[in-house]
Amino acid sequence: MNAIARQRYQRRKIRNYIAMALACVATSLGLLALAWILGTLLWKGFGNLSFDVFTQMTPPPGGAGGLLNAIYGSFIQTAIATLIGTPIGILAGTYMAEYGRGTKLTGIVRFINDILLSAPSIVVGLFVYEIMVAPMGHFSAWAGCVALAILMMPVVVRTTEDMLLLVPDSLREAASALGAPRHHVIRKVCYSAARAGLVTGVLLAVARISGETAPLLFTSLNNQFWSTNMNAPMSNLPVVIFQFALSPYADWQKLAWVGALIITLTVLILNIAARTLVAPRSQQN
Amino acid sequence: MDVAAQNTGVIVADAAALSRNTFWDGFARQLTRAAVILVLIMLGGVMVALLDGAAPALKTFGFSFLTTESWNPVTEKFGAVAPIYGTLITSAIAMIIGIPIGIGIAIFITELCPRWLKRPISTAIELLAGIPSIIYGIWGLFILAPLLQRYVQPALIDLFDGVPILSDLFTGPPYGIGVLTAGLILSIMVLPFITSITRDVFETVPPMLKESAYGLGCTTWEVVRRIVLPYTRTGVIGGIMLGLGRALGETMAVTFVIGNAHKIAHSLLAPGTTISASIANEFTEADGVLYTSSLIALGLILFVITFIVLAAARLLLLRLQQKAGN
Repeated sequence: MNAIARQRYQRRKIRNYIAMALACVATSLGLLALAWILGTLLWKGFGNLSFDVFTQMTPPPGGAGGLLNAIYGSFIQTAIATLIGTPIGILAGTYMAEYGRGTKLTGIVRFINDILLSAPSIVVGLFVYEIMVAPMGHFSAWAGCVALAILMMPVVVRTTEDMLLLVPDSLREAASALGAPRHHVIRKVCYSAARAGLVTGVLLAVARISGETAPLLFTSLNNQFWSTNMNAPMSNLPVVIFQFALSPYADWQKLAWVGALIITLTVLILNIAARTLVAPRSQQN
Repeated sequence: MDVAAQNTGVIVADAAALSRNTFWDGFARQLTRAAVILVLIMLGGVMVALLDGAAPALKTFGFSFLTTESWNPVTEKFGAVAPIYGTLITSAIAMIIGIPIGIGIAIFITELCPRWLKRPISTAIELLAGIPSIIYGIWGLFILAPLLQRYVQPALIDLFDGVPILSDLFTGPPYGIGVLTAGLILSIMVLPFITSITRDVFETVPPMLKESAYGLGCTTWEVVRRIVLPYTRTGVIGGIMLGLGRALGETMAVTFVIGNAHKIAHSLLAPGTTISASIANEFTEADGVLYTSSLIALGLILFVITFIVLAAARLLLLRLQQKAGN
């Protein structure tokens, strides 16, 4: 190798080292961001956690209190949204994977569903405000539930379709050959085979909506007091965090951190549960 | 009862079961179809509802809504320029920082990472997408912003002092909160979207292509630069657009740190506003038809912008899938 060739080789090697080092730096930055955010959250959240958080109502400025009404509100609204969103999402996904496979309608809906999947959640909030809050004349927990249901539907539709498409056609054909009608095949064969995947979709969707704030700001609003009236404004964790974190009161800010910790833990646990459900399958491949 | 009668009984029962099953099958088909059409209607419904809500503002201001900077609830003069500018500039910052880092992580995962570490790192990066946006907001406000204010922003001001253009971008008092901080937080939030799609498309490159390049003596970087990236360009751009769609519409994280000032400042350190932050901050307090309607018009603009970006992303990724299918 002559000197010029060696020089060029050295230059290429150095360039390679630099590029690969930068890739490592990028990865460390990403992991650092995650660790930093979670670390802060654990530190500030657990530092201010007390038993009162789960037994007291949200306090007036400067007072002591907890987050009980917000936790209850978040829980009940997420639950009802799940009850509305899951059946519709699973039915739509079933049509796309079973009855309407390959049809034009399925193609269009898949495209639109994918867009709704990442559409800004605040726009969904405005939509529900227009169709529910404005005509009814007041904010209500129902409106919040509908907004959350609309947000979770695309996730369920997407995973249901994907998971049902993973079920081998030979299973369907075997069941049909035994004389099982189509809806029977879908319910007894396809749903059973794809059950873990379907549950994963619902878990991911619940994880997505349980941290959503923007669509609740002008649908279910907030309520400082204990309320079980679905037809009235209802407290919920994300909006309480928003309001408390931006307030000048130290007590409120502490509660905001605790609320943030509760939400994040819930969401991450749901995420990890969803992952472990599908993990055995992907490892086989 | 003789054998023949028994057989007829069976046949009669079968016919009943058959018609019952035919009915339920049709019912199930129609039910699932109705759900699909509901999803379809939803998108149309969002458009119609937003147009309806925005109508008063659009009628009053017409096209000038898109060209006016003033946002004055007292005189009821509203223009969308400042929020649109804020949305675009924060997303641009997010992309400038997020794209190289996101692709860098994907390169690390596909080319450098030991096998056993792949899954944990991918999962960790994807968890970033699972953290609710309000958490980014509260973290940005209490942790990142003070840090930027104390150390990073003064350093930036000093560094670019006297440099043309750049000194204009980094000028004024370091508030901590502002356009730059919002962009930084968004860049963390778009990472998982860029990384996971880029990683997925990187793994679709046929090993034969890469091995041929290595066989010719290419370095890893050269393989990535000359083989992997050109082969996966469409997919990578699709992933970036998906991240961009997220950044444009992100609300809570930005609302916390942007400062909510309806003006266009040259400095990236100054507070500003974005479309989503304006809506989140002002909607419940907006009184008067025109004010509310102007905010809904902002939402409409945001929806149209993100729709175009996301549709473009999906079309790119769809084209890639079809290519892979052939």
